[in-house]
Amino acid sequence: MQWPHKDLLDVDQLSTEQVAHIFDAATHFQEINSRPVKKVPTLKGKSVVLFFAEASTRTKTSFDMAGKRLSADTFSLAKSGSSLVKGETLKDTALTLQAMSPDAIVIRHWAGGAAQFLAERLDCSIINAGDGRHAHPTQALLDAFTLYQEWAGMDFKGKRVLILGDIAHSRVARSNVKLLTMLGARVRLCGPRTLLPPRVEDWPVRVFSDLSEAVRGVNAIMCLRLQLERQQAGLLPDLREYSRRFCLSERHLELAAKNARVMHPGPMNRGAEISSSLADAPQSVILDQVANGVAVRMALLFMYMTRQSPV
Amino acid sequence: MTPQLVVRRAVWKGKSVDVLVADGRIVEVLPWRKDQSFEAAWVVDAQGLLLFPSLVDCHVHLREPGFEYKEDLASGLAAAASGGFGQVMPMANTSPVNDSAATTRFILDQARAAWPHGPMARPIGALTKGLAGQELSVMAELAEAGCVAFSNDGKPVENTELFRRAVEYAWDLGLKVIDHCEDPYMAPGAGVNEGAVSSRLGLPAQPDVAEALHVARDILLAQYLDIPIHVAHVSCRKSVELLAWAKKRGVPITAETCPHYLLFTEDLVEGYNTLAKVNPPLRTRDDVLAMRQALRTGVVDALATDHAPHAAHEKETEFEDAPCGITGLDTALCSTWALVGQGELSADDFLRAWTSAPASIFDLPVCAFDPGDPADFFLFDPKARWVVGPETLRSKSKNTPLLGAEMTGRVTAHFLGGINVL
Repeated sequence: MQWPHKDLLDVDQLSTEQVAHIFDAATHFQEINSRPVKKVPTLKGKSVVLFFAEASTRTKTSFDMAGKRLSADTFSLAKSGSSLVKGETLKDTALTLQAMSPDAIVIRHWAGGAAQFLAERLDCSIINAGDGRHAHPTQALLDAFTLYQEWAGMDFKGKRVLILGDIAHSRVARSNVKLLTMLGARVRLCGPRTLLPPRVEDWPVRVFSDLSEAVRGVNAIMCLRLQLERQQAGLLPDLREYSRRFCLSERHLELAAKNARVMHPGPMNRGAEISSSLADAPQSVILDQVANGVAVRMALLFMYMTRQSPV
Repeated sequence: MTPQLVVRRAVWKGKSVDVLVADGRIVEVLPWRKDQSFEAAWVVDAQGLLLFPSLVDCHVHLREPGFEYKEDLASGLAAAASGGFGQVMPMANTSPVNDSAATTRFILDQARAAWPHGPMARPIGALTKGLAGQELSVMAELAEAGCVAFSNDGKPVENTELFRRAVEYAWDLGLKVIDHCEDPYMAPGAGVNEGAVSSRLGLPAQPDVAEALHVARDILLAQYLDIPIHVAHVSCRKSVELLAWAKKRGVPITAETCPHYLLFTEDLVEGYNTLAKVNPPLRTRDDVLAMRQALRTGVVDALATDHAPHAAHEKETEFEDAPCGITGLDTALCSTWALVGQGELSADDFLRAWTSAPASIFDLPVCAFDPGDPADFFLFDPKARWVVGPETLRSKSKNTPLLGAEMTGRVTAHFLGGINVL
């Protein structure tokens, strides 16, 4: 099957059918990840630039591994230690990369719209690995893929998912709200008013300020990482008070639906947004998310670089 | 007196007229008569053209000295001349800041050298030294050198006591303070409205109350001191409501708004469009309607472009890194005259907001076509069509969301002191 998209900027570019294709492909690639030799020649001779203008370890490693397992050559370009990025405009960095003829650029950038900026100017595929507070489509896809596997299929209808924590500054939350809503789930948000986005009433969500109410009957909970600089910005008094109100623990899980799953995009602050024991509990699918991340990104690299669906 | 110039059969307020000019001033405006003939050095046939007095723009950024790669006095005044403006008031945020007589004189000299007959630059002096908001600038020296008002421009004075003293000191010299109203802590300079669009895009954003809070401060100060204050570029309904309250009570406060607040909404920022990044930011449809209404009722007195040129490479970057600003001198006349065509403004509202209101606020000469008025007027072909683009804009910078839009109407001749400067 032909894959119609050049770039992955956010999940709202995709139809439900296309998301299902990505999940089929990810399932296919997951099998490779369980082999003793985890490498196939599928993207041999293709090159992927990992352009990370903002610090990231896990997303970058995940993409790097995904590319290498498909035999693509991956090149890393980080903000620090690179004269290519230092003092150069995004436009010039983009054009410089273009001149090296990569097949895809995976971009992580502190500014919202950076992936779109590249996509509008370059011929190669652009995969958004997180732009500002705007979007993180590959994270949303791996999160949904994790739930898809937990729930054994595309039936998200009627499922309730709670996203907990700093929604305002979260690209993960923005992409997840879009994708989960599109797949038919009902999304709830919970966090202090200071960490909710403006005009949240226009979002297709229910908003809670009390965690015990928010978790009632939900099928999955996504905890978000709390950035400590929110305290200096005057958005919360301190970590202790935050965790008293919003740290997810076993006692909250008792109020959730049976078999509710606990997720976290990482890196976790144990004891701040999620209790340490819950992070290690059987309900936690946090490490499945990491493993699924590689499979989903293999699927995405394949589909965007070959414009074909593998299954 | 034998007129030196006669403009024949121009349309002024719906009637065909002949305009007689001598010594740079209006001699007389007569109803056009077919059998009438004139002896004059120069007779211009203006059949089918509209007659307008030259517009006054009380808020522009002409970037010289210091940022000549964005604009200079020659190019900014070129845009003014062909955009129908006879007088423009450049803000003090140049480099060096216009906080000394030397800089004011430099600006006036450069303007005169490039455009000896006008358009005229009427500089706005810095309210505080270096626009730093710490000490009063040498306002008497600036006034003597030719500044016609004072402002701290985009860096509103946080310290209300200092601001109050600045307003008092300026009024001693008979000049007004123009205040850019913006709370210094509520996402200053974000360039996007806090609302549905910023929420979706995840951009730091400025709420309308950040503006309205400072409008309220200025209203209360103006009332308490009984000294007029002029509010720059009002963008939202909340500010309009406060101004209406103040004017009803006779508070000496005046205000301007800009074409972009009459035309565009925050939706234009969608897709991280840096051409729509401006401070104050584009607001909502409701705010646009409030601004139009405020111009009709006179709650907002004047129009101004806040012409803010930036080089292409400065705007072609990450949204959060891009500077705020939209150019306006080239397009303001057509974009606001179109609102008259749509019935959103009357021709009288249009003329008041672009000529008599700013002239009276800042005590500038203006042409009302009465005998003795300066012969500053232009002829406008209301049917000419043109597309906004690099070839048609005379400003050095092209940062307007109107790029690519088709405009109706073109200035065909612009007389300043009776001399066609185009």
